[in-house]
Amino acid sequence: MDVQYVAPKTLDEAIRAFAAAAGSGRILAGGTDLLVQMRNGIVSPGTIVDIKKIGELTSIEETKDGGFRIGAAVSGMVLREHPRLSKVWPGVVEAANLIGSTQVQGRATPGGNLCNGSPAGDSVPAMVAAAATVTIQGPNGRREMAVEKVPKGPGRLNLEPGEIVVSFNLPPRAKGSSDAYLRMIPRTEMDIAVVGCGVSLTMDKGTCTAARVGLGAVAPTVLLVEEAAKALIGSKLDEAALAKAAAACSAACRPIDDKRGTIAYRTKVAGVLLKRTALIAAERAGGK
Amino acid sequence: MAKLHVSTTINGEPQEFLCDAEQSMLDVLRGPLGLTGAKEGCGTGDCGACTITLNGRIVCSCLMLAAEAEGQEIGTIEGMAGEELHPLQQKFLESAALQCGICTPGVLMAAKALLEKNPDPTEHEVRFWLAGNLCRCTGYDKIIRAVMDTAADMRAAR
Repeated sequence: MDVQYVAPKTLDEAIRAFAAAAGSGRILAGGTDLLVQMRNGIVSPGTIVDIKKIGELTSIEETKDGGFRIGAAVSGMVLREHPRLSKVWPGVVEAANLIGSTQVQGRATPGGNLCNGSPAGDSVPAMVAAAATVTIQGPNGRREMAVEKVPKGPGRLNLEPGEIVVSFNLPPRAKGSSDAYLRMIPRTEMDIAVVGCGVSLTMDKGTCTAARVGLGAVAPTVLLVEEAAKALIGSKLDEAALAKAAAACSAACRPIDDKRGTIAYRTKVAGVLLKRTALIAAERAGGK
Repeated sequence: MAKLHVSTTINGEPQEFLCDAEQSMLDVLRGPLGLTGAKEGCGTGDCGACTITLNGRIVCSCLMLAAEAEGQEIGTIEGMAGEELHPLQQKFLESAALQCGICTPGVLMAAKALLEKNPDPTEHEVRFWLAGNLCRCTGYDKIIRAVMDTAADMRAAR
């Protein structure tokens, strides 16, 4: 089979090459999913479009309003090494850094994690909790989409043919804000989430004034759990509020039974993780 | 089909090669380039036996297309020793931190990258850094101790 490899230097060239390949094009960011899928015969691309030579996709920029723009093809290691990002968004960075080994960290990207479409991608619930949006570009121009709207189902995305995820946009932070991500796996490292939970919140004199909760690996796509956030907002994150938010997380779960965990286990653990994650985020935000 | 022509740098030397679009860096290293130090264990990025450096960062060469090497700096185990063995290599020999040796090139590449970044790692940090390098022989203890001991020697020598 005649496979093409192209490494365009501009986004416009990449869009053209990807669109020209029609359905047989595959975007290469870190390659940690794509190369495994190619090897196993799950995908056989006609054209591989390497996006790592494009400046906009491989840079992190702190915007004037205090937000961040993260190129979709930035590796986990580069996220970790950024001098400011871990201070403002420790949950987003720790979630991305849970993916794979040191070797994989040098390559794997948040854009790839999202576009691989796995319900268990670790960076995705943290991005959802962070209220991140993605900038998407395709043959018909640019648009912005909330991260939670991107996955359609396992391995499927709400992107139009020819569209590429360009960057993640993290909003400016109010004072007293932080975030955290925890995942449950049956070992300490190198595994796929049984449940993943991201919480981003704002604390003001011990009261939670804003919150968002993202859950992974408990439904066909990542979940934004608004009921859990509502239970946290206005509370001092006391046991009653945490229990209510945990129950909302469990109620939102629509998981599968598989070798990593049963439906009952995942449903229960989603609530447990919510409590722990919220308390870590609150501590980072300046305490309860 | 036409092969891709790639110009890269391997262990500090300019290198050119031809490859297919879907060919992995590991295949090209071990095949046409004859650099057989990097091993193929799993081929899916889980075992670390194929670890090389790409612009100074460790990566699994089985998860990298050879075409991606264009204009980049590649480091392999063949470039680790100079006139003498690297202190990590010497320590691994002295401490018998290897048995069958299949994982050793990858472990050494990863450990070297760690000590360049962090000359005084804790045991915890060493274990987490090397978590992507699987060894089915040693039980890891001798490997971890050899890395810790090398780090101490290298600090003392500075």
